[in-house]
Amino acid sequence: MSQVGFGEITREGLWTNNVVFAQLLALCPLLAVTGTATNGLGMGLASTAVLITSGLVVSLLRGAIATDVRIPAFILIIATLVTLVDMAMNAWLHELYKVLGLFIPLIVTNCAILGRAEAFASRHDPLRSAYDGLMMGVGFTLVLVLLGAVREIIGAGTLFADAALLLGPGMAFLETVLIPDYKGFLLFVLPPGAFIVLGFLMAGKRLIDFRIERRAEARRAAAADAMEV
Amino acid sequence: MSGLTPLVPAPFAHQGGGVTRLMVLVMVALTPATGYGLYLFGWPAIFLFLVTVLSAVVFEALSLVVGGRRVGPFLGDGSAVLTGWILALTLPPWAPWWIGVVGAFIAVVIGKQVFGGLGQNLFNPAMVARVALLISFPLEMTRWMQPLPIGTPGAPGILDGLAITFGGGSGIDLDALSGASALGHVKTELDRGLALPDILPSVASWEALGLGQVPGSLGETSAALLLIGGLFLLATRVIRWQIPVAMLGSLALAATLTHLIDPARYPDAVFHLLGGSAMLGAFFIATDYVTSPVTARGQLIFGAGCGVLVFVIRTWAGYPEGVAFAVLLMNAMVPLIDRWVRPRVFGRTATGKPLSYPSSKEPSDG
Repeated sequence: MSQVGFGEITREGLWTNNVVFAQLLALCPLLAVTGTATNGLGMGLASTAVLITSGLVVSLLRGAIATDVRIPAFILIIATLVTLVDMAMNAWLHELYKVLGLFIPLIVTNCAILGRAEAFASRHDPLRSAYDGLMMGVGFTLVLVLLGAVREIIGAGTLFADAALLLGPGMAFLETVLIPDYKGFLLFVLPPGAFIVLGFLMAGKRLIDFRIERRAEARRAAAADAMEV
Repeated sequence: MSGLTPLVPAPFAHQGGGVTRLMVLVMVALTPATGYGLYLFGWPAIFLFLVTVLSAVVFEALSLVVGGRRVGPFLGDGSAVLTGWILALTLPPWAPWWIGVVGAFIAVVIGKQVFGGLGQNLFNPAMVARVALLISFPLEMTRWMQPLPIGTPGAPGILDGLAITFGGGSGIDLDALSGASALGHVKTELDRGLALPDILPSVASWEALGLGQVPGSLGETSAALLLIGGLFLLATRVIRWQIPVAMLGSLALAATLTHLIDPARYPDAVFHLLGGSAMLGAFFIATDYVTSPVTARGQLIFGAGCGVLVFVIRTWAGYPEGVAFAVLLMNAMVPLIDRWVRPRVFGRTATGKPLSYPSSKEPSDG
């Protein structure tokens, strides 16, 4: 098997094969916790930690796991790692854990993680698998933060509320009130708002892809014309 | 729209008109109730109505530009105007301007254009916006005003109207002029443990409810004028009788049955038919072609479902009025209903088997 380049992995994770925008996976935590940008960031970082470590462990054990039982084995590995993240968050980020706590165990059922274990980590070396986990996780986190930010701004008029809980008191300057005296737009705090915003963000991504495609076509056409002359 | 197209061979004659004609007829039918509502609630209502309709048209045009479709023909069909119009009729008449703008955005962009435009949407756009606004802005969406017809003492003039719609009502004590809608009042009092016979005298008379001289949404209060508009739509064959009759009938039936069981807890059918937006919903909202079933039987089921849900929501749910929720819930059922009551395929029985013809005997001589 030819080795995938790190640039390719980066591009795939962040844009072309983005967990949410392209694979449409991990929608459950996405819709549940993106009420604020901070919650999205916390969920994204927790998922990224699991993605990196599960990629690494699955890749290391890929020779030892029989193909027939690989899915239960992957789930077991992921569940163990999620439990570790869960306990770590409870110990060191307790305030945030109280907000996100319910959804952390659900990372186990996050299809994106099993999907990467099956599609990537079980076929590539540990370094590339861990890097793929990192890039997929960063791509996922970016979407979570973006979605959380849009919902938070429209829904409550703030940005990164309670960031100090996640990042420590030093990052309290991130907490901004964009619209003072804003009474709130409750729909966007509720799950339907997540569906609506996600739909618009995906339409935006497709629009950008479409523009890039058209520009590339124009360039090819220009190059072909130049050849003929 | 005729669901059971008669199976006749060509040539077909074109009726003329099209979407624009239908939309204009619906607007004509809405004009009496709208005009009366605007008169009753005065200048703030007129400004809110204009803002809502105008922003619906602007958002429609923007969506068409973004979607790369031709703006002229799609904007000219009048559907955006009608969506904004109906939405405005369901808003509290003195709501601030941004309620109209946000509502128009939700109705036209999220309710209709993201699905692909006119004819593609699952849910009634105006009701999507109405429910989204009600859930998001409960305070602004439940501030009902006592009718203060233009010209009467205490009614806001043009400048006061501008201040109420665009200035957040600064300098005017809105709460002093507000009042509970009939449905809301009865629900609150019932929740306090009072019996209906003690409550009803404090609610407006049947005549006031029928004519619409009560606090309520901009254009829903005048049941009589809405009924006239609805009959006009029936007479011009823009809508068929199935949905309105089934919806009002099932609502009246449910109300009558429960009223007979316990008159102290359940208001009678007249109150249900006149007290809220049942008339507006039955004739103008539930009958939307795009979001209602195509067959006559399907429309009966759809209408009956709407009526029962309106009653259930009004009686046992948290909100005093349930027409918007009921219509949206039944909108979600429309694909199922359409699958369930498919018309008989030509040449087949109702169960889909080929029709059995008399066995083809040898043609007799001659």
